[in-house]
Amino acid sequence: MNTLRELLASLHGRSRVLLALLLLGLLVVPWFLNAYLLTLAIMILYLAYTGQAWNVMMGFCGQLSLGHALFVGLGAYTAAALLFHFQIQPWAGLWVAIGVCVLAAAIVGALAFRFGISGVYFALLTIAFAEFTRIGFENFQWVGATGGLFLKVGQREHIDLLNLRGPPIMFYYVILALAAFAFVFSGWLLRSRVGYYWQAIRENEDAAQALGINTFLWKMAAITVSAAMTGVAGVFYAFYYNNLFPDQVFHISSSIEIILAPIIGGLGSLFGPIFGAAVITVLGEGITNLVGALGFDIPGVKQVFYGVALMIVILFLPDGIWPPLARRLKLGPRSGR
Amino acid sequence: MSASLVVNVLVSGVLTGLVYGLMALGLSVIFGVVRVVNFAHGEMMAVAMYAAVWLFTSAHVDPIVAIVPVAIAFFVLGYALQASLINPMITRPEHSQFILLVAIATIISNLLLMEFGPNALSVQTSYQLDSYEIGPLLFDKARVFAGIAAVVCSAMLFAFFRFARTGKAIRACADNYLGARVVGLQVKRLYALTFGLGAACVAAAGCMMVLLVDVTPVVGPSYTLLAFVIVIVGGLGSMGGALLGGVLIGVSEALAGLLFDPAMKSMFSFALLILVLLFRPQGLLGRKT
Repeated sequence: MNTLRELLASLHGRSRVLLALLLLGLLVVPWFLNAYLLTLAIMILYLAYTGQAWNVMMGFCGQLSLGHALFVGLGAYTAAALLFHFQIQPWAGLWVAIGVCVLAAAIVGALAFRFGISGVYFALLTIAFAEFTRIGFENFQWVGATGGLFLKVGQREHIDLLNLRGPPIMFYYVILALAAFAFVFSGWLLRSRVGYYWQAIRENEDAAQALGINTFLWKMAAITVSAAMTGVAGVFYAFYYNNLFPDQVFHISSSIEIILAPIIGGLGSLFGPIFGAAVITVLGEGITNLVGALGFDIPGVKQVFYGVALMIVILFLPDGIWPPLARRLKLGPRSGR
Repeated sequence: MSASLVVNVLVSGVLTGLVYGLMALGLSVIFGVVRVVNFAHGEMMAVAMYAAVWLFTSAHVDPIVAIVPVAIAFFVLGYALQASLINPMITRPEHSQFILLVAIATIISNLLLMEFGPNALSVQTSYQLDSYEIGPLLFDKARVFAGIAAVVCSAMLFAFFRFARTGKAIRACADNYLGARVVGLQVKRLYALTFGLGAACVAAAGCMMVLLVDVTPVVGPSYTLLAFVIVIVGGLGSMGGALLGGVLIGVSEALAGLLFDPAMKSMFSFALLILVLLFRPQGLLGRKT
């Protein structure tokens, strides 16, 4: 509660009111949405959550990962396989999934940071690990290989939170809780001792090391925390979609999807990933509907528009959409970013 | 498994690897000079492959001959791309550049999808099923032609950077940006030239590649990843390294296909990449930065 108060205290009065309104709106809004819009809302919150998780590593600590699909996939496959083969319930499987992701992150991090791999090389190494794992899973018969792993849908009528089985609205509240948790947790991290170490490493690693910060240790902390958070998203993914294909969860386009929201929204800020997720999803769906309404619904058209929109944002808004918008509206934290 | 089979597979791996190497050379030259990782490299490769298929089906131009017009067109397009979109981004952080190039890649691959549809296209030349016989060994004609063309193109690029004034100027930009500005080089123009040259390399490699494989609009990312693997194994920014890496990956793919499951072939490439990154991060022929 203390951290929440601190987090709130750092915001302007107007932002506090807006934040409260946003939360209230998110709590009541699903009851007014049809099935399609509810799916979109879940998508937005999911991307906001994964974006927040990725942001811990890149936005706070400056380590560019382009292979976060690795952790989504490992988390999803671990929890799903435990249920599928051993009937282990998702809430128990979750901890195993987190453990697997932390272990994988520790391996990637230890190898990369010990050998001083950074920048572009680190980014490419993360892609390499994700791709390596994807091809491995495509040949991993125990979890269905390329044929995919399917969970029994069971019932969809009443809410069974214990087994993560129920109507979409239950998943909405689960992912909302996760996103809210990630928001508060990130806010706390950013203001904690670790957060300042990370920001020091992000700004100037050599200087941080010269000041006595154990950069290896804290970079390891960043990648493992980020991986653990992303792994939870993977568990959600597995039980929400009920089917897993290596070519989808581990694919590089899945990694790109994760990083678009925070970059488009605004790197390193707390609202950025949430705002970016909303913009990306609404933009993508808006383009789909627009193209459909205008009658030239050839495969590919919508992605072309999407690419153009992405290009315009990145060319003209180098810091993402949220920071300049927050400045214009006089919102956001009182000091710093 | 007979010795001649192994030699056949090795030779075809080397020949394919030379084409891979030429493709990766484009990426390496661009990164070595402009310091931008071209995440749209595979998509550019796909465009070149479609261009070669289109020239073949509409005008019966042999893909080897098509190298010349396609490479020239790509040089112009690459120059324009660097001058218009990438030059303003060179001082921006890596993740911004990444998003820009991912956006470009998305646009390219979906324009291809709209224009050519999702089906695989290929060319049927008269010599594609022929082969040269030397004793018990058999070499595909198409693969031999592609390999020779890749060597010729690479040699021309090496010669340009070694002997031409402009080539030396580009190398100067890569070695010392500030120094290059001080002696009066127009760095932005040279960057655009470099991107044009890199694009021309991909174009040539794409034309050769249609002799060996089919093309679909979604091949882009796999070629992008392949090019990354090759340049990192060889050494990002090292031209000889790109060719060496290409040959290594070509041979490892061919051997993996022979000894294990062909579906696992790229896993070997990625394993090789991870090993190189860990024990020689600058690549086999790269210099320490």
